[in-house]
Amino acid sequence: MADCFDEMKGTDGTIRPAYAGLDAWLRDLSPDLIDQRCQEAELLFRRIGITFAVYGEADSTERLIPFDVIPRILSSSEWALLQRGLTQRVKAINMYLKDIYGRREILKAGIIPVDLVFQNQVFRPEMNAQKVPHDVYVHIAGIDIVRVGPDTFYVLEDNARTPSGVSYMLENREIMMRLFPDLFSRYRVAPVENYPDELLATLKSVAPDTAAADPNVVLLTPGIYNSAYFEHSFLADKLGIELVEGRDLLVKGGVVYMRTTEGPKRVDVIYRRVDDDFLDPLAFRPDSTLGVPGLMSAYQAGQVTLANAVGTGIADDKAIYSYMPEIVKFYLAEEPILRNVPTWRCREPKDLAYVLEHLDELVVKEVHGSGGYGMLIGPTADKGKIAAFRTRIEADPKNYIAQPTLALSTCPTWVERGVAPRHIDLRPFVLTGKDTVRIVPGGLTRVALQRGSLVVNSSQGGGTKDTWVLDT
Amino acid sequence: MLSRTADNLYWVARYVERADYLARILEVTLRLTALPLAYVGSTNEWESAVATAGCSRSFHAAYPEADEDNVKDFLAFSSANPSSICNCIELARTNARAVRTALTSEMWDVINGAWLELKRFNNAPGSREEFLRFLRFVQETSLRFDGSAYRTMLRTDAYWFFRLGCNIERADNTARILDTKYHLLLPEDTHVGGPLDYYQWAAILRSVSALTSYHWVYRESLKPWLIADLLILNQKMPRSLASCYDNLVRYCDDIAEAYGRQGAAQRKARGIRTRLSNLKMDEIFQSGLHEFITEFISDNNELGGTISRQYLM
Repeated sequence: MADCFDEMKGTDGTIRPAYAGLDAWLRDLSPDLIDQRCQEAELLFRRIGITFAVYGEADSTERLIPFDVIPRILSSSEWALLQRGLTQRVKAINMYLKDIYGRREILKAGIIPVDLVFQNQVFRPEMNAQKVPHDVYVHIAGIDIVRVGPDTFYVLEDNARTPSGVSYMLENREIMMRLFPDLFSRYRVAPVENYPDELLATLKSVAPDTAAADPNVVLLTPGIYNSAYFEHSFLADKLGIELVEGRDLLVKGGVVYMRTTEGPKRVDVIYRRVDDDFLDPLAFRPDSTLGVPGLMSAYQAGQVTLANAVGTGIADDKAIYSYMPEIVKFYLAEEPILRNVPTWRCREPKDLAYVLEHLDELVVKEVHGSGGYGMLIGPTADKGKIAAFRTRIEADPKNYIAQPTLALSTCPTWVERGVAPRHIDLRPFVLTGKDTVRIVPGGLTRVALQRGSLVVNSSQGGGTKDTWVLDT
Repeated sequence: MLSRTADNLYWVARYVERADYLARILEVTLRLTALPLAYVGSTNEWESAVATAGCSRSFHAAYPEADEDNVKDFLAFSSANPSSICNCIELARTNARAVRTALTSEMWDVINGAWLELKRFNNAPGSREEFLRFLRFVQETSLRFDGSAYRTMLRTDAYWFFRLGCNIERADNTARILDTKYHLLLPEDTHVGGPLDYYQWAAILRSVSALTSYHWVYRESLKPWLIADLLILNQKMPRSLASCYDNLVRYCDDIAEAYGRQGAAQRKARGIRTRLSNLKMDEIFQSGLHEFITEFISDNNELGGTISRQYLM
């Protein structure tokens, strides 16, 4: 992919303005110094990682997510565009959820096929006609964005359930400021360290009416064996709230309490990092030991706020994703500022024909799959695999969507004693409270460390970078 | 504070204290067994180590007879023994990890560092020298952990629950030593032992790190009834039952004051302390040392249960 857009050098090799300082700095630095800094970064992470105990068993202590010391830089005008687009998109998502669990205008207007919603496992009938405080369903959203050109950003995926990764945004910045104070003096980088304050303000703003003036907010984790436990404990610490497990909570008289050494204490807002399915064994999976019996009934009675709300999966499902541009237009009567990746829906005969014709160039995904499972990457698949996938699509076209293979932008990355371009994406975090949408300028940049690879997932050799938004 | 958090803190402290105790028992046993038989008699010191550790039953379910190899393995490394040193450290870390943010980073560093270091010792060390290094390492871990708690924790309920765990476990450990060795500590006229016991007496004192203290307190050669006095009633001796109960009463009261409420745990702790401070050593001997210790162990367990019911669940 020689012709893809590079964050530093564009498509023609000229250094883009936001990267001029970084370019000069990189030229001055000896490779040895960078190597040394990389090692320091690794040590710091190991210390912090270990300090916060991410890594459970025996040898997984070695499983650090690689950190790249070269930052990804966004100019203030690029960020302004993203910020407008993200705000618009998350606003529309919240309006859509209110509608889906309320009057269902969008279904009546025939914009989204009814079966895509009602036959979807992530649709929660329990939420029908349910009021949530200030009509906010998605309090914390992580929107995955890729870039294919100077002005072209696509939304790859919306994460409206329990998005993770924000602790890396915060930690990466801490490490960079410790390792490269000089580089920060060449730039005016917008800070991200206020994220925990913004998050707490967001959560407090959506407390139920019945809550005390200073509502009690807690973070609900599945527990120490969850892979994101590090993030849960990190955030609870930064927010100064209790990190609770299901067994720490109880429901009595329709009110949620936590068990404390001084007796039960009322809980008003739960920032939950437990999936819908496991929240309440009485309402959802009866075998769940992570949840709180009766939580759903307290929630339905408006005695406690869950963030994010139950049933938000119906907004970030892959089957719904392709309708996002229509969703934005329907609720806001505006053109979407951030575009979707062009998507063919195999449920539609015309699209299906095109997809079957072009299997060797497309990425085909199962609508309910995640984490790269049930996927065909046409350009790298052999004939046998394509043929097998063709049979599966023909058998159940509704279950598939297809997208072109994208030329993700690249960013200079430190690899084995040299700087080389590697593909990246971006996950900014959007907070929605009572009256405002808050977006901390930055996000999590993931980078595919293998040459030519487009897979940024940490489980498959991806790393992270600090993300800088320039303050004019 | 969350009951589970308090519970975790209480148990972190107990497990670290227990690991330390086991390490001291093993060290003392190694010392005794290094002496020629003429000095210590023909008792099986490894059997006695298992008894002092309080796990005779589970040990004998696995081995017919106690010897150096199987006792070292069982008390220090075995994953089958829930109270082996390795399991204690593992459990301490698991509890610490669950309340990571309630511990100071210094405390976490110690317990997590020890847990990582333990992997190095994982294949039970062969030589006595290596094994001794391991035991020292465990004791140093406990010292550093205790020290970091003392120096870095805020004096809030988190600290008090942590200290309660520490002192309940410590009292239990001291009482268990007395329970196993009480026959060596009976007063002169009823005593059946001979000069052989001198090394056993020294060993008892070593296992509570009090050999030097003994000399400072009594300025006498080792007398078994004085050893019993030091371990049971002497308030200046940090591992004595009396001293543990001074601490337990104090921390229970700190909690009660902060929460504005006294309860069963406070009453129970005070009751036991009052009894200890009113007793004289000869009264204990008169009514039976063994009976006294057995009753104490059960009282101490009861206090643990009362604290749990009142605060930790």
